[in-house]
Amino acid sequence: MSIGIAPPAHVFEPDPAGPEPDLALAGARPASLWGDAWRRLRRNRAAVAGAAFLAWMSFTAALAPWLPVAHWLGTDELGRDAFARVIYGGRISLLVGMVATFVSLLIGVTWGAVAGYRGGRLDEFMMRVVDILYSLPYIFLVILLLVFFSRSIVMLFVALGLVQWLTMARIVRGQVLSLKQQTFVEAARALGAGDGRIIFRHIVPNTLGPVIVYTTLTVPAVILQEAFLSFLGLGVQPPAASWGTLVSDGARLLALFPWLVIFPGIALSMTLLCFNFLGDGLRDALDPQDRRDVA
Amino acid sequence: MVTFVLRRVLFMVPTLWAIATLAFFLVRAAPGGPFQAEKEIPAAVKAQLMHRYGLDQPLHVQYLRFLGSAARLDFGPSYKFPSRQVREIIAGALPVSLELGGWALLLAIAAGVPIGIFAAVRQNRTGDFAAMGVALAGVSIPNFVLGPVLVLALSLTLYLFPPALWEGPQSRVLPVLTLATAYVAYIARLTRAGMLEVLRQDFTRTARAKGLSERTVVLKHALKLGILPVVSFIGPAAARVMMGSIVVESIFSVPGMGRYLVNAAFNRDYTLVLGEVLFYAALLMALNLLVDVAYTWLDPRVELA
Repeated sequence: MSIGIAPPAHVFEPDPAGPEPDLALAGARPASLWGDAWRRLRRNRAAVAGAAFLAWMSFTAALAPWLPVAHWLGTDELGRDAFARVIYGGRISLLVGMVATFVSLLIGVTWGAVAGYRGGRLDEFMMRVVDILYSLPYIFLVILLLVFFSRSIVMLFVALGLVQWLTMARIVRGQVLSLKQQTFVEAARALGAGDGRIIFRHIVPNTLGPVIVYTTLTVPAVILQEAFLSFLGLGVQPPAASWGTLVSDGARLLALFPWLVIFPGIALSMTLLCFNFLGDGLRDALDPQDRRDVA
Repeated sequence: MVTFVLRRVLFMVPTLWAIATLAFFLVRAAPGGPFQAEKEIPAAVKAQLMHRYGLDQPLHVQYLRFLGSAARLDFGPSYKFPSRQVREIIAGALPVSLELGGWALLLAIAAGVPIGIFAAVRQNRTGDFAAMGVALAGVSIPNFVLGPVLVLALSLTLYLFPPALWEGPQSRVLPVLTLATAYVAYIARLTRAGMLEVLRQDFTRTARAKGLSERTVVLKHALKLGILPVVSFIGPAAARVMMGSIVVESIFSVPGMGRYLVNAAFNRDYTLVLGEVLFYAALLMALNLLVDVAYTWLDPRVELA
């Protein structure tokens, strides 16, 4: 603002992405919620280490085509380089994790926000749908979807995303139920904002904390499920391979070449562990009321 | 209490109906029938088969028939094993999964709760960090990685246990261990979180103030409330475990529910898939009901609505 133009006064317009109103009233800096969270997260060594490992893993996966082939981990039964297989498997596992999580994020947030905001019969109906899908064994749903729509990797994204959004919808709905009572929503309505605008510009940004935490925990869950499906032969189809496929292939030759299970197994477990570290750290950082482990 | 249970049981009916309907149409929508073989079946034979299973009827007739027989818990004969009723297959596989799951869950609670209490009592000290680090690793190592590794270490290297099959007590060890590890870790984490919450509350301070030993405070007063998160986890966990971890059953060739479900889906064994799914859903709901009832017993503040 060095050119001297004053920012528009915020008196009549609640900041959609800003902190909760009572925090702002307390005279804190506007960004203090996120600033505090960032500081708390950086102090958590496990979370930082997890994030660093994940960054390194993603970096390696992205650079996979340019990595030298030196048979560091030996080769598999067909002479393929085991290290390259693990790295390329990681590309697919990580990609599936991200994309399916994104699908579940889109569905879950929209579903939960609409149900929570509209309330009444619609809410009742939408949450009943979630309850019913919950009681359906998800693996069965995924198996059917994979059998029905061919075992393409795109289908895997959709199938995993489709079963993962349920918890997200519940979390967002719970948040929205309390947020929609607050005065900044009333203010937005008084200013003539429509339902869609209120939900997505004013309410959803305020649910970001729990959503980020749960998203971080969804990624490893999806990676695990993809690996599980691939282990059963339902997921990624050869010649493509994910960590699940590699463990499954390796398990068949366990007595002869144990390293074919161990290396993809370590890569997979480490990735899941680091996501869990990061997710725990984010929860402690972003959700001070729920800091059971630190308080 | 009685009305609560009754209402919940009544609510199960429409839910089960919805699940049955969804599953029925998803299964029918899948391409490829149960009688698709590598070898071409003569048309007349195929027509006979379709007729025998009622597959030549219009879809809505099939659907109504399915609902009618499902209500009587009769899912007809399996498509893949025509001489066996679905009911018989489930009856044969269920005890195996129950045994596997029961031991795993028992081990998970017997090991997880003490670890969690230990970690909570030594919060933020070395013992806590060590226990929780191990627990997080336990949650993070997938059972299909753990299974082969255990086989490699305990079976192929040390020759302690058989690597597969379900014959004799020795063969139980590796599948149960593989299945239980994740739940041990998870229950330890839940117990720790629950205990920490309770140990901060006023009544715990009162108990200490009136001179009770730390042991009594933790094990008699705090544990009963601190264990609540574990109780609510046991419902879904038991259902998941009871279905038999599909992976564990297929790694160790254990003839339980999970293995039948996967095989049935691969084989498009309509009747077996539908029977398994409905059975599983009913089981899950019954377990959740049990958990809610157990909740009121442990925490009188909870009211059943």
